[in-house]
Amino acid sequence: MYSFEPTEDQQIVITAAKKLAEKFRTGMREADDAREPAADWPAAGMELCLLPASIPEQYGGFGEPSTITWALASEELAFGDLAAALVVAAPNLTALPILYGGTEEQKTELLAAYCDESYVPGSAALMETGIDFNPYALKTVAVLKDGCYVLNGVKCNVPYAAESEWVLVYAALDGATQGFLVKQGTPGFTVKEREENVGLCAFPMYSVELKDCAIPASQRLGGEQGCDFPFLLNASRVALAAMAVGVARASLEYSIDYAKQRKVFGEALAQRQSLAFKFAEFATDIDAARMLVWQAAWELDNGKDATESAYLAKNFAGDVALSAADRAVQVLGGYGYTRDFPAELWLRNARGFAIMEGIAII
Amino acid sequence: MISFENSQYIKEQQKYTEQVSLEKIRPQARFFDDHEHEEPWDFINFIWNEGRKTLKILAPGEETSEEPFMLQIHINEMISWGDIGFYMCLPYPSLGGAAIASTGTEGQKNRLVERFKGDKPTWTAMALTESHCGSDSSAIRARAVQDGDSWVLNGEKLFVTMARKSLIDSQGFLVVWATTDPSAGHRGIKPFLVEADAPGVTPGVKITKLEDKLGLRSSDTAVVLLEDCRVPLENLLGGADGKGFKGAMKTFDSARPSIAACGCGVARAALEFLKDELAKDGVKIRYGVPRNLLTSIERDIVDMDAQLRAAWLLTVKAAWLVDQDKPNTKESSMAKAKSGEVTSKITQKAVELLGALGYSKKTLLEKWMRDGRIVDIFEGTGEINRLVIARIILGYSGKDLR
Repeated sequence: MYSFEPTEDQQIVITAAKKLAEKFRTGMREADDAREPAADWPAAGMELCLLPASIPEQYGGFGEPSTITWALASEELAFGDLAAALVVAAPNLTALPILYGGTEEQKTELLAAYCDESYVPGSAALMETGIDFNPYALKTVAVLKDGCYVLNGVKCNVPYAAESEWVLVYAALDGATQGFLVKQGTPGFTVKEREENVGLCAFPMYSVELKDCAIPASQRLGGEQGCDFPFLLNASRVALAAMAVGVARASLEYSIDYAKQRKVFGEALAQRQSLAFKFAEFATDIDAARMLVWQAAWELDNGKDATESAYLAKNFAGDVALSAADRAVQVLGGYGYTRDFPAELWLRNARGFAIMEGIAII
Repeated sequence: MISFENSQYIKEQQKYTEQVSLEKIRPQARFFDDHEHEEPWDFINFIWNEGRKTLKILAPGEETSEEPFMLQIHINEMISWGDIGFYMCLPYPSLGGAAIASTGTEGQKNRLVERFKGDKPTWTAMALTESHCGSDSSAIRARAVQDGDSWVLNGEKLFVTMARKSLIDSQGFLVVWATTDPSAGHRGIKPFLVEADAPGVTPGVKITKLEDKLGLRSSDTAVVLLEDCRVPLENLLGGADGKGFKGAMKTFDSARPSIAACGCGVARAALEFLKDELAKDGVKIRYGVPRNLLTSIERDIVDMDAQLRAAWLLTVKAAWLVDQDKPNTKESSMAKAKSGEVTSKITQKAVELLGALGYSKKTLLEKWMRDGRIVDIFEGTGEINRLVIARIILGYSGKDLR
């Protein structure tokens, strides 16, 4: 039977995430200006304690992964601030692919670090420059040579590439995308410049160069068997889609609050149908986007092929986030265009959804 | 626990309905589009005599499922996937029935069930709109005056779906909305049961016109004239205090997702047909590839997929709330507004993408485009639904946001 009622445990997670979102909202402008996460964001992520709760006991955690739970939390966190939500979810970038697709040895060796009390950033290198970037057909290649995988290519928008001990590099192996765990300091692995993007400024991302970077064959994600990359990509798309719902909601709620108090021709701006109807449309699309996200997340949690669902959810939610943020700028008029108000920040952030892949995973 | 797993029972009912659509509806759809005002009796009789044995939800008073409304929207979607005009011919208490179900007294509900226990297909209809008002239903002028032991109804009602079937083809009834006090605005408006004494015999009620329409041509849409139509006092729906205007609005809370589901069925038919035709031509849709790498047609299609899914999931959510007995006015309007828009957009785009074939009457696609256009108009236009949603999310009254 269909049901759209989160469990009690999930309600607790939602409530906790909402509290963090308030904190994120107050720090988001300063962090965006500084192009660094606010100092208290990583600790806030640990407070939520979702990653240890996603890792089974034998690997150091105390639970099972749930894409739905992460989606519920991610929407709330991104409602606070998208960059902050990405910071909170960054340890997942290495940890969850290992949990889902790693060998027993990889899980035993690497997962415990993410169950500690201190924040351990994770990192995944999927994106590449060029308008023809396609996660299913990467230009970065892996070749098996003398018991090692040799990686060559250039990656962009790699979160925490400089700070993470392990970076999960995605590369084409015989034409199919696979994951490779590269330890910081491995010869041929070079973290280049910090990315300067139009949005997501507080979230540290770097460009990375792989030049004859050789890693032991045992560091291929999933070992000889490899990993189910489409599954990981789907989980990543659901993560971004959930965050897009949060950004859209933030934009809409702010627009509504503003339009209700702003007077124009003797009545509130929100009393004009030209605005009120738009709000109704966004509220509708945001509810719909959430349903698309939940459906894709549910499919992932239930062992179904979520390729189409996750793709549609990311497209739809990303579109809604962009247009809701754009509308917020318009509703606020001149104020919307200034950096004294959050609308322009949401617009810059929301533009990223259609472009970004693999910078979050749930 | 969030779940998108449909129940086994609904899946089976859906499967059966799909067969009905393929075998009993699709082959007939073009004929009844070409022959407006003729009625698909083969289909109607099949549903009445056979279909209802399986699709028990169409037979009032039968126990069906613990989530009856969820089941209903799945059947609506699948019948409308066959043909939405045929959905409008289903002999079951749809609109009028919904009004009785939501506002009727126990006695009135029982009378509804009795009418549907006869040998012949039976319908009910709802008469609300008038020539000078549609969306602004608080402005209706039809009068109800108490005279001794009767209410006397006078007025003219437009766009009464299934009026001919309810009063002439069968011994069904209308739910007529009329005002007992024109100075009282919507507070004076009350629903009355107008029952046929026999097929074609309802004193004081005349069907003066059957509309010629853009689409939905297998379904009758009538003008109903009430001239000193007398009904007993107990025919005030909901009893002496007749829940009136609010009752009509509550009716919409379930009627809107019902219609939203129908729209999704039409849109799905068009989208599936489009994809099949493109596949025959070797066009493959690359789901999962970043959109900036897709062709224009691929982008259109993945966008249509997402939009249809959005409309359908909003409908499912609204239906779930009905079955949970939770408030769903906002969600119902969302489902209806989205479905109305999406149905038009998808069917119109599909015609474009198939070029001359899409525009031709050789296939049903152009008909689905004409049929689907109604979804954004009846049961509350897209604009009215936006108004309903906007008032709720803004916390505004009808006075604050007009």
